[in-house]
Amino acid sequence: MQPLSALRPADMPRRDPAPSRAAYKMHRLLLTPVFRALFRVGLPALILATMAGWFMSNPDNREALKGALTDARRTIEERPEFTVKLMAIEGASPAVDQAIREMLPVNFPVSSFDLDLEVMQSEVASLDVVKRADVRIRPGGVLEIHLVERAPAVIWRSETGLELLDETGHRVASLTARSGRSDLALLAGQGAQDAVPEAMALLAAGSPILDHLRGLVRVGERRWDLVLERGQRILLPEENPVGALEQVIALDQAQDLLMRDIITVDMRNPMRPTLRIAPPAVSELRRIRGLERGGL
Amino acid sequence: MNDLYEQQRAMRAMRQAALQRGVISILDVGTSKIGCLVLRFDGPDHFRESDGIGAMAGQSAFRVIGAATTRSRGVRFGEIEAMQETERAIRTAVQAAQKMANVRVDHVIACFSGGNPRSYGLAGAVDLQGSTVTEHDVARVLASCDTPDFGDGREVLHAQPVNFAVDHRSGLGDPRGQNGNRLSVDMHLLTADSGVIRNLLYCIKRCDLELAGIANSAYVSGVSSLVEDEQELGAACIDLGGGSTSISIFMKKHMIFADSVRLGGDHVTQDISKGLQVPLATAERIKTFYGGVVATGMDDREMIEIGGDTGDWEHDRRQVSRAELIGIMRPRVEEILEEVRDRLDAAGFDHLPSQQIVLTGGASQIPGLDGLAPKILGQQVRLGRPLRVQGLPQAATGAAFAASVGLCLFAAHPQDEWWDFDIPAESYPARSLKRAVKWFKDNW
Repeated sequence: MQPLSALRPADMPRRDPAPSRAAYKMHRLLLTPVFRALFRVGLPALILATMAGWFMSNPDNREALKGALTDARRTIEERPEFTVKLMAIEGASPAVDQAIREMLPVNFPVSSFDLDLEVMQSEVASLDVVKRADVRIRPGGVLEIHLVERAPAVIWRSETGLELLDETGHRVASLTARSGRSDLALLAGQGAQDAVPEAMALLAAGSPILDHLRGLVRVGERRWDLVLERGQRILLPEENPVGALEQVIALDQAQDLLMRDIITVDMRNPMRPTLRIAPPAVSELRRIRGLERGGL
Repeated sequence: MNDLYEQQRAMRAMRQAALQRGVISILDVGTSKIGCLVLRFDGPDHFRESDGIGAMAGQSAFRVIGAATTRSRGVRFGEIEAMQETERAIRTAVQAAQKMANVRVDHVIACFSGGNPRSYGLAGAVDLQGSTVTEHDVARVLASCDTPDFGDGREVLHAQPVNFAVDHRSGLGDPRGQNGNRLSVDMHLLTADSGVIRNLLYCIKRCDLELAGIANSAYVSGVSSLVEDEQELGAACIDLGGGSTSISIFMKKHMIFADSVRLGGDHVTQDISKGLQVPLATAERIKTFYGGVVATGMDDREMIEIGGDTGDWEHDRRQVSRAELIGIMRPRVEEILEEVRDRLDAAGFDHLPSQQIVLTGGASQIPGLDGLAPKILGQQVRLGRPLRVQGLPQAATGAAFAASVGLCLFAAHPQDEWWDFDIPAESYPARSLKRAVKWFKDNW
């Protein structure tokens, strides 16, 4: 018996195996290279971007993300490999060492990520006494500062007091008394600190008379006077003062010029050196000349 | 004729575009099945210069990357009868092939067997302008062929120069560079009903595809089923299809005749259906499983359940012997072959030096046909299968795919046809003279 309710195969609508026109066109469209790329790359990228944008549009999410990032950063920074435990200063005198330690208030131990070495370097280098400073973190958690200090070359007497200058004229430190560094020459006069290299050259050239030297005076911010013992002065020209000084020293070595009763050796015009003789010597000279003339 | 020339040129240009894209599909619109293959071209191949007169259309190596067949719908005798149905079937095949190839195809080369193909032999001759034959002379001689009156509603499918002769030296494949005074040509022209072609064009257009070429299936199955020496020495290819049987005769690697008989395997199925009182689908199944054309004593004892769905026990449990089935099939197959014989005789096939006949197509797979066919067609009959092409699935290598495979070869390596040559510039001098006269008239 055949069931009455069942549909016989012939009655069932046969499915058409052919794709509909729309399905056919869609299939062809999806096979075009542009669309294939779009569906493989473009669409997932768009979905990801949309999700990321929606997530970031919520301020709470943004804060949480930022906090998580900071925490992660913190945990890495605080690892013992990055801890700096002490500061080592090389090439500094005890006073400078102390000053630098006071100047850089670092509470050890500290993470090396929190140290701004460039700022520290510029701070240390801003000290007058420091010629060059290298700051680095040595393996083992040591903040190392390597210094080259300026060596004082001359003493400069200014309106405010005595100061030590190096050979380039840069200030090194203050000095309370001249006797503190009696080995160094003294400079004075306005603008003396700007012409230290010239003064250094003069000092080098004038080494034979260095024992008698009291100091160098800058005159009119353009030329030097050498002040010797007994108030003697050697007035040097603007141009080529070293040559003039060497001329004077040669005279001194030949004729003991400076041993004589002379107040001033004026070399301002090197073509015409002039001597000023002290008043007693002048009267003595006149007496001798009178004798020569009068025959008394 | 010029209109046709332009149309075919446009199709050639489309084919060039497809070659540049590297993907083209071929579509075999048959009565029993519609097959679609997608070909990928690997660039220009080292083709043989000896084929035809040089390579005007451009050749390429290819491989099949997609293949699909579907049951044909709305096609009778190789002609489209129900446009919507056929369009759906084409869509099914094309979509499945595209899916397999995973690439979109825009250009299609199609073949069909219907439309009453008719062959014409054309001859033309011109005096050479110089002492040697140039390409321009070839174009002139092709244009000088006097077109036969093939009637209204017919269109040219193929127009292939078959033979060139310079003075009295005939049988030249490529006459360029030959010395002589007179160049003559024999051309083979194949026409088909333009309505049939238009219907096919419309169906393909409805599927968003561009037609890059159209061929007759008799020609393309001959291209794929005849081996090279058969094509060279002369042979006939009989494509036993579902709704029609196509005949093509090849000689010197050119098709010189094509025809079709409007009888095929479907008629055998109809005979079985009528003779055994079974539906067509059952008849088709019985034909493919138990069919044959030569009965033996054993066949009397082999009983076939022919089944049924009426609910009547006696009717649904009918049996026939295989001998009875063969008795139904054989007369029809004989009729088809005799009809083919008549057409071959009409074409003068028995005057050809070689009498080789190759049977191919789906209906050539009937067991025993190789015993029956020599009795009607002559001794030199063999069953042919299409050439093997790269990438073709095993399921599509049978004799039923002779036209599809031939169409692949046609797509990759077309013979030079009339429209591959330039239009001769003969009309230009007259026109320019007219223009000069007109200019004088206008100005003085």
